[in-house]
Amino acid sequence: MNVQIESWDNMALARVPQCLAGRAVPWLSRARQLAFERFAAHGLPTRREEEWKYTDVGAIGKRASLAPDNIPPDPSFEARLFAWTLAQENVHLMVFVNGHYSSELSAPGELPPGARLDSLADLLDGTADLPETLFDEQHEHTIFAALNNALATDGAVLNLAAGAVLEKPLYLLFVASGHGSAIYPRNILIAGEGARATVIEHYFGMLDAHNFTNALTQISLAAHADLQHCKLLQEGKDAFHVAGIHAEQAAGSRFVSHSFALGGRLARNDIGARLGGPDSQCSLDGLYLLEGKQHVDHHTRIDHLAPSGTSREYYRGILDGESHGVFSGKVVVHPHAVKTDAHQSNRNLLLSQKAEVDTKPQLEIFADDVKCTHGATVGKLDDDSLFYLCSRGIDAALARSLLIYGFANDIIGRVEVASMRERIEHLVLDRLPQGEQIKELL
Amino acid sequence: MLSVKNLHAAINDKEILRGIDLEVRAGEVHAIMGPNGSGKSTLAQLLAGREGYQVTAGTVRYLEQDLLAMAPEARARAGVFLAFQYPVEIPGVSNALFLKTALNSIRKQRGLPELDAMDFLQLLRDKMKLLGMDETLLPRAVNEGFSGGEKKRNEVLQMAVLEPKLAILDETDSGLDIDALKLVADGVNGMRAADRAIVLVTHYQRLLNFIVPDVVHVLSQGRIVKSGGAELALELEQRGYGWVEAENATRKAA
Repeated sequence: MNVQIESWDNMALARVPQCLAGRAVPWLSRARQLAFERFAAHGLPTRREEEWKYTDVGAIGKRASLAPDNIPPDPSFEARLFAWTLAQENVHLMVFVNGHYSSELSAPGELPPGARLDSLADLLDGTADLPETLFDEQHEHTIFAALNNALATDGAVLNLAAGAVLEKPLYLLFVASGHGSAIYPRNILIAGEGARATVIEHYFGMLDAHNFTNALTQISLAAHADLQHCKLLQEGKDAFHVAGIHAEQAAGSRFVSHSFALGGRLARNDIGARLGGPDSQCSLDGLYLLEGKQHVDHHTRIDHLAPSGTSREYYRGILDGESHGVFSGKVVVHPHAVKTDAHQSNRNLLLSQKAEVDTKPQLEIFADDVKCTHGATVGKLDDDSLFYLCSRGIDAALARSLLIYGFANDIIGRVEVASMRERIEHLVLDRLPQGEQIKELL
Repeated sequence: MLSVKNLHAAINDKEILRGIDLEVRAGEVHAIMGPNGSGKSTLAQLLAGREGYQVTAGTVRYLEQDLLAMAPEARARAGVFLAFQYPVEIPGVSNALFLKTALNSIRKQRGLPELDAMDFLQLLRDKMKLLGMDETLLPRAVNEGFSGGEKKRNEVLQMAVLEPKLAILDETDSGLDIDALKLVADGVNGMRAADRAIVLVTHYQRLLNFIVPDVVHVLSQGRIVKSGGAELALELEQRGYGWVEAENATRKAA
């Protein structure tokens, strides 16, 4: 039931895995082939599917090709400069250009005992034993993930043994370079018992790159592991971006996810956490700051599968121009998950008449003795707040920017890594009419 | 400094102010008292430039300018300050950033150089100390999670930092315990100056024990019905607003 008329050729695409990392590994070739068949049978999702009701990905189907590069183009000067800047920061840096690891631009540095960091392609082509379930259908939360299973090129694999602590953040920079490339990153983050790490995924596109990124990040947290994940979407204004981030959590673990969507033409993030062990915690935050004709869709899902889990979810949107934001947040409390404490909120600020937002909080509760709340708001800048600022001599334009900044800052302030917080704060201020003035005052 | 003549104003076609006449000279402290619903807060907010009021008659001159024609931020830059009865919370914007933005906006207008971070912090610390305010309120979002008393003190802090020419304090005494009231009163008294006027809008006489006004006005049903010296406040405390209203009714009937 291939409903879209794809201009690309499924036959050609089916042969792509023969050029990808791990082509010599039989189980992997088989897994990729099956994944591709699932994708080809389904085709791109349409708005007739409930999960894609507000997001039309038809434009992705009109691309000339969905095939990834074999050899990435040279990164732009701007990307090189940015990678170099990051290398000076106190991070473990891995840079990927169009989905391929660049050892030249990376600076992974020294890792603490019990921590291993590899490029996925290296592992697939090497001798390391990877679990054969890695590219299974169970990871395909969307049909795009099936395509990622078939075509993933490379990504970061972080493996923390029990008790290992990564003090410095792992910074994964995904540069989109050249024109129109399809990019398939695949990251695997595994934290053993009590292990702790912070991982940043930064998608950095050139202004004119109309690339298509289809990324997938798999996260596995053993008992009492603690992982903070911060995704920053800063793709070019014509870029398409689809991604999944999915965490499996054991008892007493903590997963923190931040998703900042600032750039890109069309983006969809599927973010999920499965709290499989008791007393686990997850916190999902997000901020989408949109203008022009940008469309950003966040679909989140939290599954409480065990007792005494806690989840917190704070998503905010700031929408200008003719932009369109979508938030769908599902929290499922399964039958055994008693004493679950879940709270979700989605607040949206509309700055123009033509901006639009669809917000859909969903609670599904199948257990007793739980505490679950959710709420969603869509509104304009508050007149009382504007008057208060103006009554102190602040001009109206600056007052507006200050209020927008404040609205965003409540989410930005939740990021623990100071350098990242400042980077995002500055990117947000760059987008506000009086942002420069606020920067000087900070 | 401030000259209000025959001011009539309405909200949603309901007339709230019905012919206010008020003259405030530099160096004076005026108290405007009156029962709930008399129009005290409307007058205060209207002077600060709040939207939503229709001025149907009258004029307001401030330092030889037409105050009603000015935007709220222009009034503030010209030296008008309103301490809000219900200070607004501004999530995500720290008190320090807010005060710095406001102060620099006003200094710029006055042709003064912007304060650098160190000087600004020092200024804030000094003023906060005088008001008995905790420095931890600086990095916190404006008024968010502040107690009632902290919010009121924060208003007075803003006044102290912005150094207005005409300060209007709308029910700044409400919600303060006696110790906080004394600190706030000290803060206000410390700002009395020959080139500054202060208008206290209050329901109770209590505040006026600590800030002794030069003139007391009684506002009732949108009009100033009686004016007098500081002793008028004491008389009101004893006899209640009913007394003035009854006296006024008698006078009108005659």
